[in-house]
Amino acid sequence: MKHIKTINKANLKATAAKGGCGKCQASCQSACKTSCTVANQKCEKEA
Amino acid sequence: MIHKFKIDGYNIVLDVNSGGVHIVDDLTYDVLENVEPPFSDKCPDEVLKKLKKLYDEQDVIECYEEIVSLYNDKILFSEDDYEKFAKTAVSSPVKAMCLLISQDCNMRCKYCFASTGDYGQGRKLMSVETGKKALDFLIEKSEDRKFLEVDFFGGEPMMNFDAVKEIVKYGRQREKEAGKEFRFTITTNGLVMNDEQLDFINKEMKNVVLSIDGRKEVHDRMRPTANGKGTYDLIADNFKRFRAVRGDKEYYVRGTYTKYNLDFSEDVMHLYEMGFDQISVEPVMADPSQPYAITEGDLAKIFKEYEVLAHKISTILNSGKFINFFHFMIDLNQGPCAIKRLRGCGSGNEYIAISPDGDIYPCHQFVGIDKFHMGNIHEGTFDLDIKKEFAASHVYSKPECKKCWAKFYCSGGCNANNYLYAGDIHNAHKLSCQIQKKRLECAIMMRAVKLLDNAQ
Repeated sequence: MKHIKTINKANLKATAAKGGCGKCQASCQSACKTSCTVANQKCEKEA
Repeated sequence: MIHKFKIDGYNIVLDVNSGGVHIVDDLTYDVLENVEPPFSDKCPDEVLKKLKKLYDEQDVIECYEEIVSLYNDKILFSEDDYEKFAKTAVSSPVKAMCLLISQDCNMRCKYCFASTGDYGQGRKLMSVETGKKALDFLIEKSEDRKFLEVDFFGGEPMMNFDAVKEIVKYGRQREKEAGKEFRFTITTNGLVMNDEQLDFINKEMKNVVLSIDGRKEVHDRMRPTANGKGTYDLIADNFKRFRAVRGDKEYYVRGTYTKYNLDFSEDVMHLYEMGFDQISVEPVMADPSQPYAITEGDLAKIFKEYEVLAHKISTILNSGKFINFFHFMIDLNQGPCAIKRLRGCGSGNEYIAISPDGDIYPCHQFVGIDKFHMGNIHEGTFDLDIKKEFAASHVYSKPECKKCWAKFYCSGGCNANNYLYAGDIHNAHKLSCQIQKKRLECAIMMRAVKLLDNAQ
């Protein structure tokens, strides 16, 4: 496209159907401890 | 819903519900100001009329067609159809625990949310027996979860280090029997750390959080000893020694910035220059009456500072060196699933805190608040009604979050901050939100530019 560059897979909806296994880290246990950010967590679901 | 913003010379458009990120030209940015679904096949006359004063008419038509094409591909103005997943949110197994191994501290940090370490409950240490029982409780409540996170927290956990060692030893024995894997972490102020302790922590802890605020004068002003002396010189060498042996295992230096150092990018750079490359620096959360508290009037300066920080970090990364700022971490392709993003940290549901007396709270920041007392591991009590309330605390149960573009990144924010500063776990704490959103914009921009560079 000339005007718009899409830079990622935009696959959030697909993750809803297969997600929710709960194996990932609790987000506040990492380095924040007084706030919450989830975007920096990684998925730990086994393939 | 889309969110568009300009930062560092880039026009970024986030499609909230698909997670799609687009870098667009000025024309597209202006067209998006004027259009929304439902789309017709042809660019509306009023849009054309308005924009052809600034742009070539054919370009406006082309741009409109690109927008419609992405809309049809469901990566622009895509529908929000996640609420049905939120409505099925039910209590989950418990998989993470904060152990207040020491409800006492050898520092007197002025901004301490735990009332200088004792949580307003008197200074006390957790017994080995209570710690062991807490691990048993976690195993029992974890159902099919394999990875169990346990953070040794305080106060200052090094004040009860013998108990830490005993509890870890017990955990290593119990995890084999139970088919689990304990992931221990510790959060320390670094005042006490001899070689033996350092080696133990390095070996047993999956992640280590080292509390330091940055420049000496910044750190010493807020983090004195009990007798009022600065602690920077006492901890800096300990942390550097730890960094030297840590290699590529997980750790973070973690700082807090206040109204006194709104130029906190300088503190991040100071920590980097000390040799630390995993850095978390966060805004203080405090009653607005405190002189160090961050208030609405500070936000413009803070927003600018995050942009300055993004610039400094990009410069380091572009020179081939490594630095990771925790609050700019984002994975735009393989991040957490949408289900995880609905509920955030899991406090009170997947994550609990245990006080030295064995009392259970939704997280460390709720300790001592009677209303959130969930039970006691010695008495065998565990209030499932409170657990259900937290399980149902998701972005669609929080009115401000439901309509917010950032909801799948912050996931409803910190329940404790919401309660303490906005009166209810479902009320967004607006100051936190505004800072969070700015950090996300910086993070999305940095990642998007990197992905674009890689593709070209």
